[in-house]
Amino acid sequence: MDKQRRKFLKIAGATALAGISAPAVVKLTSTPALASSGHGKAAEHGAAEHKPEGHGGEDSAKGVRLGMLIDMRKLYGHPELLEKVAAACIKVHNIPQIEGNKNEIKWIWDMAYKNVFPEHSSYHSSKITEENNFLVLCNHCDEPPCVRVCPTKATFRDEKTGIVSMDFHRCIGCRFCMMGCPYGARSFNWMDPRPYIKEYNPDFPTRMRGVVEKCNFCGERRALGQEPACVEAVKDVGAIVFGDLNDPDSEIRQILDKEHTIQRKPSLGTKPSVFYIV
Amino acid sequence: MYNKGTIIPGLIIFVLFVTFPLWFNAFSTAASTVPKPELPPGGEKACIAPAAEMRANHMVMLNEWRDDVLRDGDRVAVTVDGKQYRKGLQMACMQCHSNKEKFCDSCHEYASVKPYCWDCHLTQSALATKKETH
Ligand code: SF4
Ligand code: SF4
Ligand code: SF4
Repeated sequence: MDKQRRKFLKIAGATALAGISAPAVVKLTSTPALASSGHGKAAEHGAAEHKPEGHGGEDSAKGVRLGMLIDMRKLYGHPELLEKVAAACIKVHNIPQIEGNKNEIKWIWDMAYKNVFPEHSSYHSSKITEENNFLVLCNHCDEPPCVRVCPTKATFRDEKTGIVSMDFHRCIGCRFCMMGCPYGARSFNWMDPRPYIKEYNPDFPTRMRGVVEKCNFCGERRALGQEPACVEAVKDVGAIVFGDLNDPDSEIRQILDKEHTIQRKPSLGTKPSVFYIV
Repeated sequence: MYNKGTIIPGLIIFVLFVTFPLWFNAFSTAASTVPKPELPPGGEKACIAPAAEMRANHMVMLNEWRDDVLRDGDRVAVTVDGKQYRKGLQMACMQCHSNKEKFCDSCHEYASVKPYCWDCHLTQSALATKKETH
């Protein structure tokens, strides 16, 4: 074999080996400070992961986390109140009324118990849970899968309030968030929604074709010091309470501390901020 | 110079030809096509910034407002000369400039820009097609 060729192959082999192993060498010899902080983080993470998830398994609170409590006891036997709630939201948010499962746009609506609480349903459930529908809306999850999958950050968690917001301007309509949301809280505009809007609220925009939408916890109303429209709609029976889940003095916390409440699909670990008394 | 008789008139014709658009504009009596956006029908005289600045930068300001309101949760109204403007195209700008067709469109069409604001934001004419709720 040609001597020169042999030498070339040797050098090439050694260089390739050095190149491949370089990252490992860098990692092994990195400064001890960096390495230990990495370890600390990993340990913390591990601890958090081993806690039971879902209701009762959440870490202690930091900052504001807006949430909602729906006291279904005050709505049983009153389907007209459920409709009133939905109508209030439809009116203030210019939500189109389109027929059909695929096309319909929903921010707040009602469903049967077994669909709302599949993890809580049971054989021979009470008459009241059998006969009544339950209000559902976006849970403004503390660990929102919709935010994780959104490629444009059109859906994001507002750190100041803990709510899961949407910036319709940014939404590209990829519908990843609809796949991610385990509650079906998001709707896609398959067509121009305007012809399906009954009356316009001039203070709020509509959406366009190709955009996803969902409940925004009435951000625009809270800015004016008003309560969410759905809360206001059933104010006289006090069926919905809205407030800061992390403030021990808030009305919602007082009730949460006193009453037994449930969340939707707690085992998924999305940590919903909407609670129910059923 | 050789061929003076042809070159000089030729040059003059060439220069005249090249500068023709300027001459034509200077002497033409045809109406100017520069847009004249309609001033607010309600008679408001002041905007949140001088007209020249608004003309140049309104789109930047709208983007900033959008990010303030939606992404930073800052919906605090802007106060200029004692008047409050809520951050928003529908809630501030179009309260005075209520006629999108005669105001916004006049320049946008001239400049051939097609902003998609009104795919979602409502104009007075869109509102008029349906009963208002407030
Ligand atoms: S309910 Fe769905 S849309 Fe709402 S925050 Fe949770 S995952 Fe996102
Ligand atoms: S449809 Fe819009 S909000 Fe949903 S994931 Fe895609 S870009 Fe994000
Ligand atoms: S909080 Fe506001 S946006 Fe959400 S369901 Fe209630 S009324 Fe609709």
